[in-house]
Amino acid sequence: MSFIELENLSHIYHKGQENEFPALRHVNLSIEEGEFVAILGANGSGKSTLAKHLNALLLPTEGHCRVAGMDTRETDAVWEIRQQVGMVFQNPDNQIIAAIVEDDIAFGPENLGVPPEEIRRRVSEALKTVHMRKYRTFAPHLLSGGQKQRIAIAGALAMETKCLVLDEPTAMLDPQGRSEVLGTVKRLHEEKGITVVYITHFMEEAIAADRIVVMEKGNVVMEGVPKEIFGTPEKLKQWNLDVPLAADISEKLRRKGWKIPKGIYESEKLIEVLVKMAAGRKSVVGE
Amino acid sequence: MSIEIKNVTYTYMPKTPFERTALKDVDLVIEEGSFTAIAGHTGSGKSTLVQHLNGLLEPTSGQVLVDGVDLNGKGSKSEKLAARDARRKVGMVFQYAEHQLFEETIFADIAFAPRNLGLGEEDVEARVKEAMSLVGLGYEEFKDKSPFQLSGGQMRRVAIAGILAMQPKYLVLDEPTAGLDAAGKNKLIQEILQLHEKKHITMIFVSHNMDDIACLADKVLFMNQGRVLLYDTPARAFQAKDTLQEAGLCPPQIMSFLEDLRDAGIPVDTNALTVEEGIANIMKAVKGKNG
Repeated sequence: MSFIELENLSHIYHKGQENEFPALRHVNLSIEEGEFVAILGANGSGKSTLAKHLNALLLPTEGHCRVAGMDTRETDAVWEIRQQVGMVFQNPDNQIIAAIVEDDIAFGPENLGVPPEEIRRRVSEALKTVHMRKYRTFAPHLLSGGQKQRIAIAGALAMETKCLVLDEPTAMLDPQGRSEVLGTVKRLHEEKGITVVYITHFMEEAIAADRIVVMEKGNVVMEGVPKEIFGTPEKLKQWNLDVPLAADISEKLRRKGWKIPKGIYESEKLIEVLVKMAAGRKSVVGE
Repeated sequence: MSIEIKNVTYTYMPKTPFERTALKDVDLVIEEGSFTAIAGHTGSGKSTLVQHLNGLLEPTSGQVLVDGVDLNGKGSKSEKLAARDARRKVGMVFQYAEHQLFEETIFADIAFAPRNLGLGEEDVEARVKEAMSLVGLGYEEFKDKSPFQLSGGQMRRVAIAGILAMQPKYLVLDEPTAGLDAAGKNKLIQEILQLHEKKHITMIFVSHNMDDIACLADKVLFMNQGRVLLYDTPARAFQAKDTLQEAGLCPPQIMSFLEDLRDAGIPVDTNALTVEEGIANIMKAVKGKNG
């Protein structure tokens, strides 16, 4: 049994009304415990709807979503599921509730009835992990967007969840903030074995994942390791996704008649090829 | 004509334990007709700065002048009126502007501000039509729809149209492409560029995306710890390695790639702001060596 199992899952907004909209169509997807899965897709492809099923914020119109064997439709299981799956949204303003940073992070464990000493430990640990310890007594509305987002992640960490679902957590961050958040997520994944479901528009972040799932119009249209996904830039464009820079340069050089092998998406690989070409070889055979 | 920021300092919650100086002695001029990008890591003061440009925040000390008029002038009645008119010249599109939509139809949402200006219905309709066409939303197709039925990218267009209906001379866009997919982002960037070129709107553009800044802006402002770190052309700004690092920023992806290529032993010109320029440099360097 996988940690998360989506079985023939469909979700239709406003079902039966004039503005009925199918956001997910018969999705089948399994995520193993300890896996790092990135989900890519254009706006409106169903990524966020899918994410909201993973901790029972939305329930399937049809089919099933199971977390650690529990069906999200069983009302008795909802709290247990939400304890196991923490959610971080794109906009931190929609998820911060307390007037002081530490209170906000303590909110989740307090509701679970965790003893005060333990709460204090978790809060300070979580703040340390996201490098926000010196802001612990700040009012959240005085923080910048990126700082608030790190507080939101700390809130999920304080729940000691098994799985983090992050819905474009870096969309508003500067390059440094982005790498800090991604670094934090990676570290949690590697060191604590936390299962990560990471929704993003940034291809360089998706490269960090074990597996990539591409969605389009409510369907899963492709699944694979980064190399499989990024090796086919034509398809990425068709799905309205960005192409990694090295793949873009390779394709444009090929169009100018240069013999760059296909399937290159990492800068280091392309540089290797170019260095060999400069050394005098007319073409380079791909691996 | 220009926006002049004269020695502006801004302190949040002064004389409380939460006192924090977000801007310190900021002094600069944004020329009419320019396309200025503002970058800096989170908390560097970018958003605080742009909120001064149409009087949403009042400097703790210093002055902001739009076309020579002090935005916070409050001496005589005529000074107050002049300040109000000057503030109206500067349109502001916030981060996640689509969260501010509230009306039942797209028409009503975009018409809200022009109606508040006291314009007649005919003028209001003309402004809504124009604003919608500027952001690529068909008037007949969309006017009666609820803004909440649209995709994220379309909703953001409606929000931008709502500001354009005020016919601003200066437009501040705070992270306009955040959260949009590649197609939505490219389309919006093209539209912003057209507004600048065809409608001659002076653009002030806050962004974390150095690739966008390199392609669009003619002036770049790097902020750090509430101060101006650098204010220059993109070509020179992105060559200033130490300054970039101090600001917590990185050069556009294409420049980093060219630098890595140079470090691998190819004597390539690393000065490129777009992928096309970068490819031209690569072709020159790699072919050149082949003789």
